[in-house]
Formats: sequence, C-alpha cells, structure tokens
Amino acid sequence: MPLETIIAGAMVGSLVLYALLGGADYGGGVWDLFAFGPRGRAQRTLIAEAISPVWEANHVWLILVVVILFTAFPPAFATIATALHIPITLVLIGIILRGTAFTFRTYDVQRDNVQRRWSLVFSIASIITPILLGTTLGAIASGTIRSENVPSSFFRSWLAPFPFAVGFFALALFAFLAAVYLTVEARERELQEDFRRRALLAGVVVGLLALTVFILAKTGAPTVRAGISRSWWALGLHLFTAIFAIGAFVTLWTRRYWLARVCAAAQVTLILLGWAFAQFPHLVEPDITISSAAAPQVTLELLLGALAAGAILLFPSYYYLFRIFKAE
Amino acid sequence: MEDLLAARSQMAMSLAFHIIFAAIGIAMPLLMIIAEWKWLRSKDEIYLTLAQRWAKGAAILFAVGAVSGTVLSFELGLLWPRFMGYAGSIIGMPFSLEGFAFFTEAIFLGIYLYGWKRVPPRAHLFAGAMVAISGAASGIFVVIANAWMNAPTGFRLVEGTPVDIDPIAAMLNPAAFSQTFHMTLAAYAATGFAVAGIHAFMLRRDANNRFHRAALAIALLVGGVGAILQPLSGDSLAKSVARTQPVKLAAFEGHFETERGAAFRIGGIPDEAAGVTHYSIEIPYLLSILAYGDPNAVVKGLNDFPAANRPPVAVVHIAFQLMVGCGVAMMLVSLWGAWRYIRGRRNQTWLESKWFLRLLIVAAPLGFIAIETGWVVTEVGRQPWIINGVMRTSEAVTPMPGLIVPFLTFTILYIFLAAITVWLLLRQVAASPRDPEPNPREARVAA
Repeated sequence: MPLETIIAGAMVGSLVLYALLGGADYGGGVWDLFAFGPRGRAQRTLIAEAISPVWEANHVWLILVVVILFTAFPPAFATIATALHIPITLVLIGIILRGTAFTFRTYDVQRDNVQRRWSLVFSIASIITPILLGTTLGAIASGTIRSENVPSSFFRSWLAPFPFAVGFFALALFAFLAAVYLTVEARERELQEDFRRRALLAGVVVGLLALTVFILAKTGAPTVRAGISRSWWALGLHLFTAIFAIGAFVTLWTRRYWLARVCAAAQVTLILLGWAFAQFPHLVEPDITISSAAAPQVTLELLLGALAAGAILLFPSYYYLFRIFKAE
Repeated sequence: MEDLLAARSQMAMSLAFHIIFAAIGIAMPLLMIIAEWKWLRSKDEIYLTLAQRWAKGAAILFAVGAVSGTVLSFELGLLWPRFMGYAGSIIGMPFSLEGFAFFTEAIFLGIYLYGWKRVPPRAHLFAGAMVAISGAASGIFVVIANAWMNAPTGFRLVEGTPVDIDPIAAMLNPAAFSQTFHMTLAAYAATGFAVAGIHAFMLRRDANNRFHRAALAIALLVGGVGAILQPLSGDSLAKSVARTQPVKLAAFEGHFETERGAAFRIGGIPDEAAGVTHYSIEIPYLLSILAYGDPNAVVKGLNDFPAANRPPVAVVHIAFQLMVGCGVAMMLVSLWGAWRYIRGRRNQTWLESKWFLRLLIVAAPLGFIAIETGWVVTEVGRQPWIINGVMRTSEAVTPMPGLIVPFLTFTILYIFLAAITVWLLLRQVAASPRDPEPNPREARVAA
C-alpha cells in the first residue's frame, strides 16, 4: 500500500476517534440543554463530571486531523480552507464558545442564574458546532468544491440541503453516543433510565436522518452515494452497520449498557468508514485525490514515523487517563 | 479595510491573544510542581494549598489557550492557504510533533486537575511534570516552524517550486535554536514575574501571610532565572538575525546608513522618509559588537536594501526598544531579588521591603509586554515576506473577500473572553487564604 494511503488511513482513524470521544463531549452539551425536570441538576452534574477531565484531550484528535492534512496533503488543506472558509470559521467560533463556557461555568459564581447563562452558551455551541462540522464534511463529499475557486463558490458548496443534512446527522450521532455513554457512567438507576430514554430517542432520530442523508445524496453527493450503494463492500458495510444499530437498540432496551456502548461506537465507526471508503481515493470530490495531493515521499516517511512514535506515547497515556476517570 | 490588512490583523490579533495563554501554559505547570514537590518533601500543607490554588487559575487559562490554539492551526489555512499549500510538506513536521505534545499535555492536565484524590501523590506530581515538559515542547515546536519562516532551509527552489525537500533540515534552520531558547525563557520570565507581582500585591496588605510568601518565592525563582538568562539567548538571536535577516536587524535599530563600527541606539524615532533616526542615545561600536562580535564589523543600513523588501521601520524599532527595555528591567529586578534573598534568607526578612514589593507589582506586566512587543519585532520585522526571501505575505493570502468580518468577529470574541478570564482570575485571587496558617482540612478538600 502506498505511504500516502496509509497516512490518509491514519487521518480517517483520528477523525473516527474524534467522533467517538470529542463527538460525545458535544453530545453531552446537547443533553445539558435538555436537562430539566426533577433530576435536571443531577443530569448536568453527571455530564460535567464525565466531560471535565477528558474534553481537552479528546479535542486534540481534531487538531491531529488538521496537522496530518496540511503536512501530508497541503494542496487539499489549502483548497478546503479556501472554499469552506465560512463554515470552518463558524466551527471555530463554536469551539471557542463551547470550551470556554464550559470552563467558565465551573469557575464562576455558583449562583443559579450565572450557571444557567454559561450552560446556555455551552449547550447551544455544542449543538451548532457539530452541525457546521458535519456540513463541512458534507461539502467535501458533495463534489462541488473545485481546486480552482471562483468567488461565487464561497457559499454554494456548503449552503445546500445535503451538507446540512450531514450536519444534523452528525449532531444526532454525537447526541446518541453521549446518551449511551452516560447510561454507563450514571450511578443512580433513575439517571440511567433518563439517559436510556434519551439514547433510544436519539437512535430513532439517527435512523431517520441517515435515510434523509441517503436520499439527498442522490443529487447532493452522487459519487459518494454510488460508492456507498454499488461497491463490492457496500453490502457487508450496510449489513454490519445495521447489526450494530439494531444491537444498540436491543441492548439499550434490555439495559445491557456496556454492550450498548460497544454497539453504538461500532455503528458510528462503520458510518464514518463507509463514507471514507466511498470517497476513496478522493480527499476532495472530484478534483483532489490522495495521490495527487500527497507531499513528497520524505515528508510522508517522517510523518508516518512521527505518527507511530506518537502513538506509542499517546495510547498508554490515554488509557491511563480513562482508567483513572472512567473505570468503575 | 483591505483584505490583506484584515487577514494580517486577524492573524496578529489571534497570535497576540494566544501567546499569553501559551506562555502561561509553559511556565505555570513548573510553578505548580515546584510547590507540590515542596509539599511532598516538607509535608507543609501550605504548599499543597498553593499548588491547588494555582491549578485552579491555570485550569481557566489552559482552556482558553487550548481553544485559541485550535483557532490558529485552522487560521494558517483559512487566511494563508497558499502559504500552507506551498510550505505544508516542508514545515508540517514540527506542527505534527506539536500535535502530539499538545495531546500529552491535555491528557496529563486532565489527570493533574481532576486527579488530586484519584491517583497517589507521586503519580500526581509525575502528571504535573508531564504537563510542564509537554507544554514546553509544544511551544518549542511551534517556534521552530516560525523560525523557518525567518530562515527557510530544507528545500531548493526550481522555477518558484520547492524541490529536494528535507523536513529535518527545515526544522534545524539557523534561527531555530536561538528563537526557541529566547521564547521559552520569555515564557518562564513573564509568567514568573506576573505571578510574583500578584502575590506581592497581596503581601502589601498582609505582610506575614505564609501562603503568599511561599508563592512569591517560587514565582520569583522561576521568573528570575528566566530573566537573568534571557540576555544570553537575546544575544544569540541577534547574531542569528544579523546573519539570516540583515534588513530586520537594521530595522530593530533604526539603522539607515551602512557603516563600519556601527553604534547601538537606545530610544529614538525613525523617520523613514528622511532615512534617519532622531533623538536616540548612541553607544559607539556596540551594534557591530552585538551583531558580529567585532567592533569594526560593517552593519548594512536600510538604505542599501530595496524599498520593496524593507519592513515598516518605526514599528519594529519602537517594539524592539520596548522589548529590550522590559527585559533589562526584569533582569535588574531579579538580580536585586537574588541579592536580597541571599542576605535575608536566614531570618526570613528578604521580603520585608515596601519598595521591593512595590517594584515587583510594577514589574508584573513587563514580561508580557516584552513577549507581545517581541512578536511584533519578529513578525513585522519579517515583512513584506511570509517566508523570508521566498514568498511575500501578499502572495499567501486567501482569495476570500470580506475578511474584515472574521477579523472583527474574532476581535470582539477575544475581548469578551479576556474580560471574563480576568474577572474569574480576580475572583480566585480575592479568595486566596487570608489566614497566615490556613486550615489544613480546607487544603485537602479543595480542588
């Protein structure tokens, strides 16, 4: 396998981990907005405790995606950053507001009205950011970004039904993941039930939005849709995604939360891998491919070495972090 | 506002904002682990309280630093896509390494901030040390990338296209060592002084408070060592600039006429139209000595560079003067502090001087003023180039119109964040222990 393909694979891997870990932190923000009723405060506390020690580390997966992209595939980064300047800028504003509001809430006066204000900023930013992040990915898949930009395309490529459907789909997936994870992390039975109901509801929304995205892809992202429906691997992908989606429902229904977490994570992973395979070998449909955008061999070799060395340092540290805060 | 100017302003503003949090992120963990280490050794609860109080403040600053750093990594492409398209394969390497350093920092920061009661004390101290090391490493990698923009190496240009790319040679560019040395020391000096100033302020009203005395001693140790060593790195950097960017050196000094045995100027206002610097104090031969280690060396003046390749002289010269002035002042304060400490250590009287405490309060912002002006010196001093001698800033900017909109948006957002951060930190300071012997139980429950 050529080096650039391995590195593109590492980039997709980082994106998957960002969705599974960082995505769930956004999802936590979504449930913060809907935390009301008799256990509203307990829900908020559970969400905050789940996110606090890990969100900064989880967030770095996104940085890793970006640095791999601009080191290994500089022209692709330049094209994406130019054509999608507006949604990426909005994502950044969302990232700033989400992270700072969450931290400010912890350290500001513990009075209800102050806390509510920061919670509102935190949760709204947690909703808008994934939508725009998904929109950005949808636009990259849509085939409307050309490497030679004409000024009119600063809006056209992303301000369309398909990218936004992908955005809402991403939000639903993140909220689904967060709710499933929180069923495992909740100590009291009632809190578990709260998040179990939310997870089941989010799971239904995920299904509906998946269908919407698939329908809109017919005109919105024809090449990727063709890949998803007609490739030799498509049937297997759909089969396994369906097995894990149903598995997540069944395990949630029967309150086997630990298994539900595995199923939900596998489902999200397969969805992202399906997209990546369908778009392969394109980084940006239809002009930029992995090989056409690849940096010189020496850069790729060094980067791969750095990724390998970094992984040796990173994964044990990450495991240690999660063992400390997430072990039963 | 012209789009190029808006893009430059947005980048400058984002960097100016982030660099404060980045510098604190490098130095603050060192202060925290020194306090925690003293607690482990002496079992004096006051050091545990101190480490925990500092950690609370640092948590706020880290979060703002993490998100504003994320913004910068995207802004490289959002504002300068042609630069990244051109240079990504040459200089992406230090950014990738920075990514892993940042990862390590974020992971162990989580353990440090939230693991007080979950991991054994030694593991906790180890987590703090990892944050301190990876924070410094992050800064070093980013500054290496910036040094490459000043002294680009590791490729050959063939008809405007870089070939024979060597990312390792690019990282080992001639400006890398002195620039990273200078910036890392600056982070320790600036943070140490800022923290010392805050505790000096609290001590003025409560002179025997052991908490603030302990805090001040640690902060001034870190800040003072940084400030006293800084002239070494400054000298090494000046010599590197003289070699790789002679026009920038001339701008530092407002030096217009090429001369042998050039004088070092203190103060003064450069008049670019007339090609002279007015009202400056000149120390003969010193510039030649500082730049080339030879009193008779020739220092090329601005007039001998094409006008199209000169940076804005007045801004660079004045910023340079401010930076050097702040640095010298901090070094002198540090030397006085060291002398007082050596003389008054035994009877604990080294802090019993109103004037010393007052001076520390006044000196609190100097390090950050030096960092900000220092970045003006290096960034504005490199203009009109984004990659010195290779690519002009105007060639790198995005074709995106209306860049004033994101510039204003981020400016307003950052002013808001700065205001909230300052307000929350003031709350933390106001809540610091008043009692000279804080209740040891409170210390264990805190954080």
